[in-house]
Order: sequence, then C-alpha cells, then structure tokens
Amino acid sequence: MGRVVITGMGIYSCLGENLEEVKNSLYQGKSGIVFDQERKDFGYRSALTGKVAVPNLKKQLSRRERISMGEEAQYAYIATVEALKNAQVDLDFLIHNEVGIIFGNDSTAKSVIESIDIVRAKKDTTLVGSGGIFKSMNSTVTMNLATIFKLKGINLTVSAACASGSHSVGLGFHLIKSGLQEMVICGGAQEINKFAMGSFDGLGVFATDEENPTKACRPFDKNRTGLVPSGGGASLVLESLESAKKRGATILGEVIGYGFSSNGEHISTPNIDGPSRAMLKALDQANVKPTDIDYVNAHATSTPVGDQNEAKAIHHVFKDRKPYVSSTKSMTGHECWMAGASEIIYSMLMMQHSFIAPNINLEEVDDDAKELNLVQKTINEKIDVFLSNSFGFGGTNSAIVIKKYTE
Amino acid sequence: MDKKTIIAKVNDFLIDEFEAEQEDLTPEANLKETLELDSLDYVDLVVAVESEFGVKLAAEDFVNVNTLEDFYTLIDKKVN
Repeated sequence: MGRVVITGMGIYSCLGENLEEVKNSLYQGKSGIVFDQERKDFGYRSALTGKVAVPNLKKQLSRRERISMGEEAQYAYIATVEALKNAQVDLDFLIHNEVGIIFGNDSTAKSVIESIDIVRAKKDTTLVGSGGIFKSMNSTVTMNLATIFKLKGINLTVSAACASGSHSVGLGFHLIKSGLQEMVICGGAQEINKFAMGSFDGLGVFATDEENPTKACRPFDKNRTGLVPSGGGASLVLESLESAKKRGATILGEVIGYGFSSNGEHISTPNIDGPSRAMLKALDQANVKPTDIDYVNAHATSTPVGDQNEAKAIHHVFKDRKPYVSSTKSMTGHECWMAGASEIIYSMLMMQHSFIAPNINLEEVDDDAKELNLVQKTINEKIDVFLSNSFGFGGTNSAIVIKKYTE
Repeated sequence: MDKKTIIAKVNDFLIDEFEAEQEDLTPEANLKETLELDSLDYVDLVVAVESEFGVKLAAEDFVNVNTLEDFYTLIDKKVN
C-alpha cells in the first residue's frame, strides 16, 4: 500500500480568505463570528454566524460556469484555486492526468428554496433557469469543480452531516493508498445563509449570547450555551508519494490514518463509544501510539452534551498521555459539512508554523473536560503528528491522523 | 412597446447577463454563434425575456430564429 501526502491546501473561511490570513487569525485567536440581523428578522432564536464575503467570480469564470454554482460551490472554487496553486498543479496537468475530486457537502438549501419560490410564483418550471438543477443537488460542488477543472478521475460528493469534509479526506486517502488514484482533490463546503440553518436553530442548540458574538462560541467552557453556525470552503490536494516526488512537489504533510464509525444510537445526541472507536481505528491504521499524538483538533462544537462526550472519548483513548487539545470552532463557529476538511487545514497550518491555536473563550473548564490538556492561549510548540475529529448527525464519526513528512 | 425599445432592452440583457460585446450585436449576427449558446442557454434566454417583457417563449418559438433580428422580431410579436 502506498503512502499518501498532502501537497496543496486552500481555504476560504470566516478567519480569512487564504492560507496566510487564516494562519494569522489562528495564531492570534481571532473570532470570525458576527450577529446577523437578517436572521433575527427571519425568526432565528440565535442570529449568530460565521461570515465570509460574497465572492464575485465574473472575472474568473464564464456565465455558463457561474450560473450552475450556489454559494457553497463558489467558496469551494476559491479554496481549490488556492490549493492547486499551492500544489503547483496547472490546468494542463489536470487535463492530461486522471485527477479526482471528493468533497463533503450536505445541503443546498438556498438554491432549492429560491428555485421552488420561482415555480410557486410563476407556475412555470422553465423560469427557474438552466442553473437551478445543478445548484440544487448535494453534489453541486463536485459537479461544478470537476467541470471547471477538467477532472477525469473519481467525481464524488460525501454527505455525512458534520463529518462530511473529514470523510472526504479519508476516502481520498484510501483511493490513493490502494493505488486506484494518484491525485484527489478533497475538501468540504458549507453554505452560509438564513435558509440553510433555520431548522437547526429550531432545535435550540445555537449559542444565545447575541450581545457578544465573538465570545458566544466556547467549547469545553462550563458556561457554553450552544454552537454557532458558519461555513466557507476548504480544499486539499492529496497525492501518492510517488506522484509528488515525480512532480518535485513540496510535501506539506502525510495522511497516515482514517478511522470511522457509526454510533448506532440517537439521531442527534452523540455518545462516547462511537468517537472513541473512530479515534482508536485511526491510530491503529496510522500505526502510532497515543503518545505519538502531539495535538488533537477536537470536533467540540460548544454544545453541552457534545463537548462532554468528546472530552470523555478523548480521555478514554489517550488516558494520561494528554496531547494538547483545542477546538478551533471557538473561533470559526461550526463549519458543518466543511469542518472536517477546514480543521485539517487549520491543524496543518499549526504544524507548518509550529504553534497550537487556542480554544478561545475557555474561561472556566467544564468538569468533564478537566482531564484534557486544553490550550487556552496560543502555544509556540512544534507538532509532528496530529489527530482531527469530526462527528455528525446520525452518529457518523471520522478521525484523521496526519504527520509531518519525513523520508 | 416599440421595436427600438425592445432591441435596446434585449441588447442590454445580452450584454449584462450573456456577456455579449456591444459591437457584436448587429441585426444580421447569428444568435447562437454570437452568444456561443448551448442547449441549456436557451432556457436562460426564456427566463431573461420573461423577466424583461413578461412574455413566455416556448422551445418551438426558436425554430426559425437564426439572427438577432429574428429574435427581436419574435419578441416584438409576443409583446405586441
């Protein structure tokens, strides 16, 4: 089985519109959360959200290309342009090689609702326009990017709730490891709009401190009140080591383990066993011991039961070895379908630049998380191996282990 | 609505939405070639015409439309 490396990354998130901006925000412990009056007026219980600028792609893409893209595809496009540039992969390479794409995405609420609103008003499906169907399917990101970048390999969307982005990296890893693909663009994308998160808000699980948006998301803190939705696009170029060496690519890291599991219990309440099994499988596949892990990027979204159970699962897996743990969602909010991919990029940036980003707003550690080595302020320390957790509705779990590349 | 106004409105959305160049929009220009239309794009022409003029074109309306002048005439007939 071959080795799988990361040779490119790109990010468009509420922490910044490129790798450099995001790296600086992570180091500074900067929050990307805002109050959105439009959500309040729409009927949200909590109008807090991560926010990114609306892209204008008129200069980069033709009308035909743009008309099929909803916001999640646009975010993913920007991130992928950066990832491919970072990997020094140009269109000519993409045309002449079998490059694949796997992205996590689990909704296109805005595109669906806007299309249906037109039909309701006009009583005529034609007036939805030609882009409607391509914007409205969950596979919108991969269908658009595969077309734009002329991709000829695997072309697949992973819908696995808030673990979608992580599973996409795991599946890309396996396709390359098994020799079926030489290069796969993996990532996650998440729409940010009032239509996408209304029913989630309705469950009463969003953070309520609307007076203090940047302090509202506080994973592992005793006084946390819930999560804050967010989004954007994250893209990674995964490649076989042979392909990377042949191209003379800069190797940013090596994917060494992907553990997955399903809880087999409640649709929304996470447990301890499922995430524990995913982490243990990832460590086992990576052939590393818990003591080898320097940093765990926790899934922790800032909900009471989710953080509590993950803290117990991490403690169960690592016991007294105590790697550094932080949830970057304290800064980004919950990037949902994108989170698994973006959080690998955040952790990769920390590994590249030898720091551990803080779990901001952690003022009073929750009793259930006291066994963890939580990072409250930025630490300047090198990371050789990290593990990134992502869990989702339905009890889907994914854990990815990545290490610094060595010959 | 007079035809001159129709032509101006059509040219406006062809430039704004279909990225046509003003100098290419001559009455004798071929609609499909000038706008580089594929089969999906005709759906968007129907949407644009409905939005601008409040009339609905059908697929069969395009059968005899070759030039921009044919397109202007078609809309003129539907509107008036």
